[in-house]
Amino acid sequence: MIPSTSSAFIALIKRDLMLSYRHRNELLNPLLFFVIVVTLFPLGTSPEKQLLQTMAPGVIWVAALLAAMLSLDSLFKSDYEDGTLEQMMLSHHSNAVLVLAKIISHWLVTGVPIILMAPLLGLFMFMPIEGIKTLMLTLLLGTPILSLVGAIGMGLTLGLNRGGMLLSLLVLPLYIPVLIFSANAVDASLAGMDIKGQLYFLGALLVLSITLAPIATATALKISVE
Amino acid sequence: MTDATAGLHVKSISCSRGYRDLFTGLDFQLSAGQVLRVEGKNGSGKTSLLRIMSGLAQPLEGEVLWKGKKIHHPESEYFQDLLFIGHRAGIKFELTPIENLCMAKALNGSKSENGIEEALYQVGLYGFEETPCANLSAGQKRRVALAQLYLTQSKVWILDEPYTSLDVAAVANFEELFTQHVNNGGSLVITSHQPVNLKISEQYRIVLPNTQLEKFA
Repeated sequence: MIPSTSSAFIALIKRDLMLSYRHRNELLNPLLFFVIVVTLFPLGTSPEKQLLQTMAPGVIWVAALLAAMLSLDSLFKSDYEDGTLEQMMLSHHSNAVLVLAKIISHWLVTGVPIILMAPLLGLFMFMPIEGIKTLMLTLLLGTPILSLVGAIGMGLTLGLNRGGMLLSLLVLPLYIPVLIFSANAVDASLAGMDIKGQLYFLGALLVLSITLAPIATATALKISVE
Repeated sequence: MTDATAGLHVKSISCSRGYRDLFTGLDFQLSAGQVLRVEGKNGSGKTSLLRIMSGLAQPLEGEVLWKGKKIHHPESEYFQDLLFIGHRAGIKFELTPIENLCMAKALNGSKSENGIEEALYQVGLYGFEETPCANLSAGQKRRVALAQLYLTQSKVWILDEPYTSLDVAAVANFEELFTQHVNNGGSLVITSHQPVNLKISEQYRIVLPNTQLEKFA
């Protein structure tokens, strides 16, 4: 009985969510990092309402970017070390589909908590409700891109002993468009302007990365496994 | 030479590690019902050869064909017929043996609908189904990985040092399974530093770095 790719896809998501659940304390780290980085800014600059409001979109988004990057480490590392990644590469299923399953479950446990935490941080920074709504919307569109693009970098640096620094050098420049459009959208909504344009761009980036990133990641992993 | 479309054809491959050539011009075929033992000293390239045969690594020169098609060709269907178990067993320590085998089944398929418990019983892990693999001994973890062999319907088994940390009784059990698999028309590629006793007539061996295939008596 040869299993279908869709059942392998679902089984892999389930397995990864179960693994995350059994390591649930590790999931807290990027989230705490996200919160701490944002709370450092009022301490370092000034707790003045006007200033924080201006900085808020950029600060929260940069913190989300760094937190997403920190969480990438758990994406393929353990699978690579215990040989389950090899078994995935050797199955007859499309590697890109299996990689997409891994990225989706990774986003569910790292991206979604960031989105849910963001309103609280918005309130810390005196952001009005309208801005918080846009912030969550941009995070909803943006964090999957961060996971997808980050996966390519993670796939490329997997075989290296100290790939952490190289990973940030590879991935952060690619995060820039997401940062620009998202922070800009939040700024624009705070000024009462239309944000459709920025959201369309984020949506286009999401479609682009969801279709191409799994293929690139699968190829990168193939090189790393060899 | 057998029929060119019969099975696995390793076509004049070469492999090197760094600047050192491990082997060059290795060429042989493996058909259904045959066993290939890959032997040689540590560092002679046994694992490299097995990884090339399983498609995980690329040879420096040459190619590997399955039924006349390159193994990575989309129509070769090699990966439906392949089961590779390497040094790294592919077992998640946080998961129980049942959960591990469920994943293996979702990836590679199985002979029967509910064969997982049967497979665990066969490898002597009855009573450990719900224990996280982290709490099992090295030999028991190995058994979880090898339990896939009872589950799979793959024709080609490529096993890299399967006997590591197994006890004598388990080895005997697996040898019986290997014999059964090969007699049912499967093929087996195996490396082992321990003696392998299979009651199969069609056994060949390669002692790396020699590239000559010889009949094993």
